[in-house]
Amino acid sequence: MKNKGLTKVDLIFESIDIMKVMKKAFEMTSDEIIQQILESGLKGRGGAGFPTGLKWKYTAAEKDPEKYIVCNADEGEPGTFKDREILDKVASKVYAGMTIAGKAMGARKGFIYLRGEYRFLLPQLFVELHKFHKLINEIGYDFSIEYRMGSGAYICGEESALFESIEGFRGEPRNKPPYPTVSGLFSKPTSINNVETLVTAVMIIEKGANEYFKLGTKDSRGSKVFSISGDTPIPGIFELELGMTVQEFVNEFGDGDTKAVQVGGASGFCVPRKKFGETIIGFEGVPTGGSMKLFNSSRSMYNLLHNYLDFFAEESCGQCTPCRVGCQQLLKGVEKVKKGEAKSTYLNELVKLADTMKVASKCGLGQSVGNAFKSIVENFREEIIY
Amino acid sequence: MYQTGNMVKELAEKHGRKRESLMPILQEIVRKHNYLTDDVMVAVATELDISAAEVYGTASFYTFLDTQERGKNVIRVCKTITCSMKGKNDIVSTLEDILKIKVGETTPDKMFTLLETNCIGWCHKAPAILINDMPYTDLTPETVIDVVKGYMR
Repeated sequence: MKNKGLTKVDLIFESIDIMKVMKKAFEMTSDEIIQQILESGLKGRGGAGFPTGLKWKYTAAEKDPEKYIVCNADEGEPGTFKDREILDKVASKVYAGMTIAGKAMGARKGFIYLRGEYRFLLPQLFVELHKFHKLINEIGYDFSIEYRMGSGAYICGEESALFESIEGFRGEPRNKPPYPTVSGLFSKPTSINNVETLVTAVMIIEKGANEYFKLGTKDSRGSKVFSISGDTPIPGIFELELGMTVQEFVNEFGDGDTKAVQVGGASGFCVPRKKFGETIIGFEGVPTGGSMKLFNSSRSMYNLLHNYLDFFAEESCGQCTPCRVGCQQLLKGVEKVKKGEAKSTYLNELVKLADTMKVASKCGLGQSVGNAFKSIVENFREEIIY
Repeated sequence: MYQTGNMVKELAEKHGRKRESLMPILQEIVRKHNYLTDDVMVAVATELDISAAEVYGTASFYTFLDTQERGKNVIRVCKTITCSMKGKNDIVSTLEDILKIKVGETTPDKMFTLLETNCIGWCHKAPAILINDMPYTDLTPETVIDVVKGYMR
């Protein structure tokens, strides 16, 4: 597999002339904008990685005159904090991204769902938004954005749960299909995109799809903002070209004693030292919404697993049985094994339960609990037992 | 307990009486009074012409829409892995010492409630807490005392 190494990039936080890029987009047809995003190879930056251009194309294809563009700023995945930084530093690029997406698919209205934990940002974001609305009014373009706040529920980052929350209900995910592009917010065709995705789309319009396509690998085009924390001398937010191996990442960000890297947060994968060299950070290896947590040899992987399971047991919405009961049983199960109340082979039963949750859970939460669970149990089995 | 008076009516005028008005109304009440009383939830239900069970059912889903009595300042200590690795337990025990309450409790003068919460997005500056809306990061047992003292006045 082609290996690109570790390269720092400056696209997301680069300051640009917002008006210039929007004018460029306004001169393009809807199809031309969508074509640019498709050609760039951009996949959603929230973690799931659905091709952004397709999402816009499907929404554009719907006949309903009322459509929405929703910006998912419910950044709740443990270890992710890049969307907060993006909104803090370049909110106007987020607004521009929503406007361009709106133009591409015929939406006149946008909503930003901001997690309650980031409410302190709101006064400044309103100032920026007011300026932005003035700017697009001046050129006579009809588009507006509203904020909606979350109230401390991780599950509301799931797209259909987020819609339920904006509509005033419990944040319980819906059955799919229908997908949001057909029936999303208020049952209207909706494109819901992550904060970073929208800013990336702006930069693709600004630089051209060809330029963006040059970055990254076949399966993971472009660059990505990473949230880096844990046992590292330089925790923070870094934009890197996609396609590096975990080893290259650890060489740059590790403390010299890195035992494991959790890629993609609690719902992501734990990569042990022996697999650093062969594992690519991206859709061909371990996908990530940006959360990168480093753990050195002083850390207990049991504590890590227990912390994650405790998180999921609390944050499961409780709607479907595999997730609600599964999270609790995984948590109780590893506690029993650790205390010696269950045999170590009980872990194999728990792995089967995690597999069942993957196929039987209604949404991404329950489906991905097994990612961290299995990768930690399989790679650090002795730490879970003893 | 607090009196609802005209508050709910005024909030309904401001945010509307549709179902999607519910969250903004509840959020604003919590910002003002720190938690939702049974009375206020019934008042919201009446104003929006929905069942009180719908209001309670929605509120109780969201961690930040407390339906139990909370103090004037709600301290939420992040307990997710990075904060946990970087000294969250020391922060919690320091707070328990100076406030003389345990996690989950409210001080008798109703000034502080101490809670733990899931990842608040400051892992690179762990350990971190939220006091009401404000994050405080890179804390030590010493600095967290200073932070909380600022809210004691």
